[in-house]
Amino acid sequence: MAGEEAQNGRDDMQIDRPEPHLPDEFNPNYLKVYYGKLFPYGDMFRWMSYGNDGKHPGCDSSYFSRREFAYTTGEDTFWRYQSFDSEAQFEKSIKQNCPFKIDIGPVYTVEPAKRNAYAQGDGNNVFTPVERELIFDIDISDYDDVRYCCSGADVCLACWPLMTIAIKVIDCSLRDDFGFKHILWAYSGRRGVHCWVCDSSARRLTNEQRAAIADYFHVYTGNENSQKKVSLTGFALHPFLVRSYNEVLKNFFETKLLISQNILSCEERYEKILDMIPDSSVTSELRGKWQDKRRSSNTKEDINIVRWEQLKQLLQSGRQRAQGLRRCVEEIVFSFTYPRLDMAVSKSMNHLLKAPFCVHPKTGRICVPIDPKRCEEFDPTAVPTLSQVLDELNQEGSRADANLELSRTSLGNAIRVFRSSFLEPLLKACKEEIESSFSAKLQNSRDSLNW
Amino acid sequence: MEVVRSQSHRKFSPNDVVTTIPLYRSAPPLQVRLEDFELFAMDRLRVLKGISDALSRGKKPEEMQKLVKDLWKSNMRHQQASEVVNKDIISHFVLRLVYCRTEDLRKWFLSMETALFRYRFRLESAEAQRAFLVEFGLPYRTISNAEFETMKDKLGQVARSIGQPLPTADAIFYQVPFQEVPELVAGRKVFINQGFAYVAMNQVVSLLAPQFRSHLSKALILTNRKWTSTTREQEKDRLTPIVEALCSSYLGPDYSQPREYAEISLKDIDQVARRSFPLCMRHLYEKLREDHHLKHGGRMQLGLFLKGVGLNLDDALAFWRAEFSHKIGLERFEKEYAYNIRHSYGKEGKRADYTPFSCHKIITTTPGVGDHHGCPYRHFSEENLRAALSRMGVNSRAMEDVMDKVRNRHYQLACTLTFEALHGLPCDAGINHPNQYFSDSQKILQPKKDSSA
Ligand SMILES: [Zn+2]
Repeated sequence: MAGEEAQNGRDDMQIDRPEPHLPDEFNPNYLKVYYGKLFPYGDMFRWMSYGNDGKHPGCDSSYFSRREFAYTTGEDTFWRYQSFDSEAQFEKSIKQNCPFKIDIGPVYTVEPAKRNAYAQGDGNNVFTPVERELIFDIDISDYDDVRYCCSGADVCLACWPLMTIAIKVIDCSLRDDFGFKHILWAYSGRRGVHCWVCDSSARRLTNEQRAAIADYFHVYTGNENSQKKVSLTGFALHPFLVRSYNEVLKNFFETKLLISQNILSCEERYEKILDMIPDSSVTSELRGKWQDKRRSSNTKEDINIVRWEQLKQLLQSGRQRAQGLRRCVEEIVFSFTYPRLDMAVSKSMNHLLKAPFCVHPKTGRICVPIDPKRCEEFDPTAVPTLSQVLDELNQEGSRADANLELSRTSLGNAIRVFRSSFLEPLLKACKEEIESSFSAKLQNSRDSLNW
Repeated sequence: MEVVRSQSHRKFSPNDVVTTIPLYRSAPPLQVRLEDFELFAMDRLRVLKGISDALSRGKKPEEMQKLVKDLWKSNMRHQQASEVVNKDIISHFVLRLVYCRTEDLRKWFLSMETALFRYRFRLESAEAQRAFLVEFGLPYRTISNAEFETMKDKLGQVARSIGQPLPTADAIFYQVPFQEVPELVAGRKVFINQGFAYVAMNQVVSLLAPQFRSHLSKALILTNRKWTSTTREQEKDRLTPIVEALCSSYLGPDYSQPREYAEISLKDIDQVARRSFPLCMRHLYEKLREDHHLKHGGRMQLGLFLKGVGLNLDDALAFWRAEFSHKIGLERFEKEYAYNIRHSYGKEGKRADYTPFSCHKIITTTPGVGDHHGCPYRHFSEENLRAALSRMGVNSRAMEDVMDKVRNRHYQLACTLTFEALHGLPCDAGINHPNQYFSDSQKILQPKKDSSA
């Protein structure tokens, strides 16, 4: 209950609890093989080092060792404040402990594993987080009031587009508005996606600045005790919302979700939408049209589309031009599509987030990266599972563990995406930054010598 | 600043004053009479206290603007016009002494002085604002005409989205890293492109206020150091008693520590909750009993409240364990939640002091999906609020009074009326803190219990 959450899985603990009977896809012995032969230690280490693992004199060699990792091990034990001096130590520890889940925390002032030793020193080495990726956690279970195909932790191809929308909206704004470049998206293994913004400027954001970005993205205002979920006020929408609406939300709503979720197909569902229109003459006119079975059943077109067009026509034309009512169409689309972030995760440096390439203990699926440029193609039901990857490994023979990225295994493919769309450009930028800040420092010291 | 008993004091020459808002960069080279030292400080405190009350009542910016203007006018005048600015500066520096001494005091003073600065700046004329900016020295560039043309449409969209007139070609926009204006980013009140926020002249106070705040924050730390190392002892017969009295006379009760532990015990908690918890806590309490779970925000709000009313650590652990173990099992509870409970009681870690949330803090949170914390008067729909109030036993006449306050966004007054309706006694001080609601309620209910026994 303190600000420093004991676990990123604030509430997913109910869901992530390992059961006595593990599903076929997941098995601790498989996990041992996975960590033994397949887990991309090198890539994870290079990522978490941000260029500080090189020979350059500007490198901060303590950087990786000040990063917190946390394990959830098989007996359901949670170990915080693990930290490692080297890639070899990192690899050895994971192989030894074989964690069901690895969480990544912030970079602290001192090595987390030695925090107590430092605390007993002169008191100047306060143990406090200094850097952390800007992170986002989006769970499909937060959309239960706007999806009818599944609920809770379940997902299917009919509701997954909600996650695609979230990736598109947030990724675009992070790049175009905030100017970030190094963004990793990953499947959380079961019910959502994680986002890691890794630019050095993002890692150095204060909690207040993180909260500001999260609030900038926050439109959904519904809590459990209020009716209206989205309220768009003002005479116009902010350019970010306009762009999100025009380029993503409207299109996904009208061409995908409207039909796949049957949003207007029956009375119970369309009443929910009529509730969002604050004009009883409009709602009763629509209700009249929709209750009359004869008029809606003899058309060949999808009933949801027919009704949506009727609703739009009535709200957006002629006598209903009043601002409030025109805005209604947008409010409905926003309610059914706009990303719903877990705000607490993004707002504080202290929050942990599950590392990519972990295996979800319930589904056995690997938390693979998602290329935001091709996120529409991502299919959560086709994400490789632990047993599938091990099968592929057996078929590939010994070539695989030496040259995973070249192998044709589905994991090899995921690692290729990780490298080409994220890690390589990131490390290039890190190297340049280290060099330029080092030469600036040199220049400074030269200048001061000249005095 | 030198404090003297005599009448003599040097004055600022009027030429030193460029705007009417001082930067408070250094203590004034003035001599101050002891009486003024205290009186000026009291006057300024009335202003700050007025701001604090209004903020906790959830006043809107326009209302705050007017309120600050009135507060300033009625408290910070001086018979001699030339003394007005001196009074401003002296009172500010005296209150620095008063409020530098603990983290909580500093936090309160920082927030209120920053709010005061913000609204005073907005009240200034355009010329005075510009003069202030020059004096302050903002390190940001303004955009050129050509740049303005390329982003005119977007700047106009933002202006319309926040109800401002469209910017004209001669409008001034500062280009600043978005990190510098978190409140404008959070409210989507600026156009942001490639990491830069474009801040309009009428928003520049959002750029100034954080700088004002961070400067004052650093200054308070220094003042505190000086106070503890020398001033307190040096002035122990003269200023120290005044400084200490000034603070306690105004801050209201401190609910960070219960007066004595074991005010409530585990077996009474159901009954006590029904009789003496304010709605926000009662709702969380009932949800916890019902769902055997609360999300983070709810755990914080309820947990610290319970700590404040005197549930000791062992009982708190037992209480949360009993509920959570229904859902997640005992072992998980011990692993993941027990630490945080101990932490909030200061038994693990040592970084933060977790004090129970005030109404202001609760009213200004934003509960999200699945959350039950926050202020019901603010965050519930009318329908849900009415249902909750009638479950508490508020009669229909009182209900309408409560709803009326809610509609006018006087959430604390709504809570005060609820308190009065349920206890049948007036609560003149108003409700400012859930723990105050609790202790006031207990004060009323306890004697009855004793006499009937
Ligand atoms: Zn589904």
